[in-house]
Amino acid sequence: MTAITQPVQAGPLAEAWSRIWRARRLVERNIMVYRHQWIIIFSGVFEPIFYLVGIGLGLGGIIREVPLANGEVVAYAAFVAPALVATAAMNGAVFETIFNVFFKLNYAKTYDGVLATPMGITEIAIGEMLWALMRASLYAVAMFVIMFFMGLVLSPLGILMIPAALLVAAAFAAAGLAGTSYLRTVNDFDVPMGLIVMPMFLFSGTFFPIELALPEWLVTIIQFTPLYHGINLIRGLSTGIVGIGQLWDLLYLLAFFAVSMWIAINQMERKLIK
Amino acid sequence: MTVLAGSGRVWQRNWLVYKRLWHRSLAFGFLQPILFLTAMGIGIGALLTPGDLSAFGGVPYIDWLGPGLLAAMAMQTSTFESTYPIMNKIMWGRNYEAMLSTPLGVRSIVFGELAWSAFRIGTLAAVFLVVLALFGIVRTPLAVLAIPVATLVGVAFSSCLIAFTATQKNDVGFSAIFRFVINPLFLLSGTFFPLTNLPEQAQWVAWATPLFHGVQLIRGSILDQLDPLTAPFHLAYLLVMFGIGAYLADRNLTKRMAG
Amino acid sequence: MQNSMTTSESLVHARGLTKRYANGFTAVDGVDFDVRPGKAFGFLGPNGAGKTSTMRMIACSSPVSDGTLSVIGMDPRTQAREIKARLGVVPQIDNLDTELTVRENLEMYARYFDIPRSVADQRTKELLEFVQLDERAKDQVEPLSGGMKRRLTIARALINDPDLVILDEPTTGLDPQARHLLWERLYQLKRRGATLIITTHYMDEAEQLCDHLVVMDKAKIVAEGSPRQLIDQHSTKEVLELRFADQTRDNLNGQLDGLADRIEELPDRLLLYTANGERTLEQVNERQIPIESALVRRSSLEDVFLRLTGRSLVE
Repeated sequence: MTAITQPVQAGPLAEAWSRIWRARRLVERNIMVYRHQWIIIFSGVFEPIFYLVGIGLGLGGIIREVPLANGEVVAYAAFVAPALVATAAMNGAVFETIFNVFFKLNYAKTYDGVLATPMGITEIAIGEMLWALMRASLYAVAMFVIMFFMGLVLSPLGILMIPAALLVAAAFAAAGLAGTSYLRTVNDFDVPMGLIVMPMFLFSGTFFPIELALPEWLVTIIQFTPLYHGINLIRGLSTGIVGIGQLWDLLYLLAFFAVSMWIAINQMERKLIK
Repeated sequence: MTVLAGSGRVWQRNWLVYKRLWHRSLAFGFLQPILFLTAMGIGIGALLTPGDLSAFGGVPYIDWLGPGLLAAMAMQTSTFESTYPIMNKIMWGRNYEAMLSTPLGVRSIVFGELAWSAFRIGTLAAVFLVVLALFGIVRTPLAVLAIPVATLVGVAFSSCLIAFTATQKNDVGFSAIFRFVINPLFLLSGTFFPLTNLPEQAQWVAWATPLFHGVQLIRGSILDQLDPLTAPFHLAYLLVMFGIGAYLADRNLTKRMAG
Repeated sequence: MQNSMTTSESLVHARGLTKRYANGFTAVDGVDFDVRPGKAFGFLGPNGAGKTSTMRMIACSSPVSDGTLSVIGMDPRTQAREIKARLGVVPQIDNLDTELTVRENLEMYARYFDIPRSVADQRTKELLEFVQLDERAKDQVEPLSGGMKRRLTIARALINDPDLVILDEPTTGLDPQARHLLWERLYQLKRRGATLIITTHYMDEAEQLCDHLVVMDKAKIVAEGSPRQLIDQHSTKEVLELRFADQTRDNLNGQLDGLADRIEELPDRLLLYTANGERTLEQVNERQIPIESALVRRSSLEDVFLRLTGRSLVE
């Protein structure tokens, strides 16, 4: 952080808290905007549901059972559904932070107006992250509720899928925010969406156990990516098969969130303060 | 200027813009089918026992899936190209306003854009077919028919979406189209799993929707399983859809640009 | 506020103020100025003179590279948030929230300043009346005309009842009618005792609105004073503008020598600076120089600028 947004008095903790608290204004702003366009938010709820129906149930009529890592076997729909909670969290968060933040940053110049007020860069970054987190959580929780009523939540631990999905959403919101500041034109969207988000969606064990179908070297690479950990964590909680692996998932996601948020704040500063 | 010559100018304008990005577009045109085929084809294929494959007409899952994905790509790409970019030319960038102050007419714009859509989908379909051949999925030289059929699927969707876009005041409606129309069609048109296992009513619904027909024709031509009895119906459906779409696009855009 | 004014009677105090961008370009090169409360202070200069960079430093949206700057007695380096709470900023290009309605734009802005809801509602109502947009309160921003958007941006900048309002080229791109309406509103604002800082490259705007002007060119201040003082100091009372046919002009060969204090040659005409334009025109006619057209007018800031920099304000 350069000096320009640094305050004089107050301890660092109190200051950090006051910035997080002020960040709620950005969330209020986004809610105000979406009151006019609620269909955009609402329609997103259906995307994972169609995947569950189309792939989980459609293909599930043929595949029926999938072996888990510990050798237990679950119905295909029960295998896919928890992963869709994680992908819903990712997609909701990334969509908001990549497309909408890009637009506000580069075309609408919304943040220049915000920065003319007592709001600072940190507030903007945290506010956008929180809003994306809220939007993504809506999709993840909707998916969880549907899973629950379809009997696809196999363990009482499943209730923890909700906080886990919030963490996944926060991690991807921060990552999207960090990434969007590197994009220069609308043509650049292909890169994060086509080279990162889409491959993760396909190869993180959403629709099949990667250990079963992919070569070992590829599995090793995938284990370094965030969606894999999100899916592993949430599927573990849904099926009740939880071990040390889920602890690693948790730590990975927390670290991923922290690093992404740090990059996001610094990048926005670089982009907005000249 | 004739409508045909005018359409050519509109096509040319899109080409000038695209020229700078074509390599990237083609690279993603290769990459996307490779990713989908590896993940869904090989990954899900690994979960299927040989007994399960009878549901897919006895061919490996990846062979069955590949042609369906080609049809879906034609739908998705043409839909995307006929929403935001067209909206941009109508109201954000006002390119059509500029074109209409020259001897070009609305009909030239509509046919020029459709010709452009046909070109884009045609090239992407050819790339996709090459990928399918590399995966060993193509069974017959007749598979090249998949290119014109995919192009037809593309312009059928393009024309309907241009007609829709011409009526929109902002881009909010596009989310609804993507989520409530395109996404369900993508997942439920016999792309990922055969509809033959579904109850009869569901199969009738599928017959009423457009992507299903494209999937049937393209899968038939690539796997050398074209059914001479149903193929004309599939083809007729797509042609009629294109005809209606083009008529509405012309009508709606005329109304929009006049108002 | 706990901050007392460090420089007496000066809302903005700059000494050696410098802005250098990361690419090495120096946009503002060691300028000194003081903005007095209750006055309208103007930065006049062509595009690229450094006006906007100066404004952005005052508005705490661009870090000061060198020199000292105090705004409302505070230091932008360490007290940006406190300064911004008391400023109103009208940027060169409107950055309204186009997806919100006119009223929502003001309501949302009030929240960024943590203004209590009841106060914000009252001010929103008053400001919408002040900028004559009360009838459009519920409309979306996008379809509004350029002049209306500009007025809304000004209303937005006033939502926190600022001690200092910064306006960066407030009327650039507006049609004459919209400009006059805006000037009238800004004049009202001044009468209420607000302190304004305005950048402009329109001399008529500077003459209309500003009590005190600095003329900027190539990152430096080249002159300072009231509009009247600047004209008196750097120009003559009147100007005689002469147009000639091309050959005549090429063959003048000093025929105009001694007629004026100073002669400026522009691509399409000659400017003769003189105390009495009509008298000079008579002298031109006496010398039987064939002119195409002649115009006598009073000196303006445009002439001051031409004198100081050798270039026109608006190219």
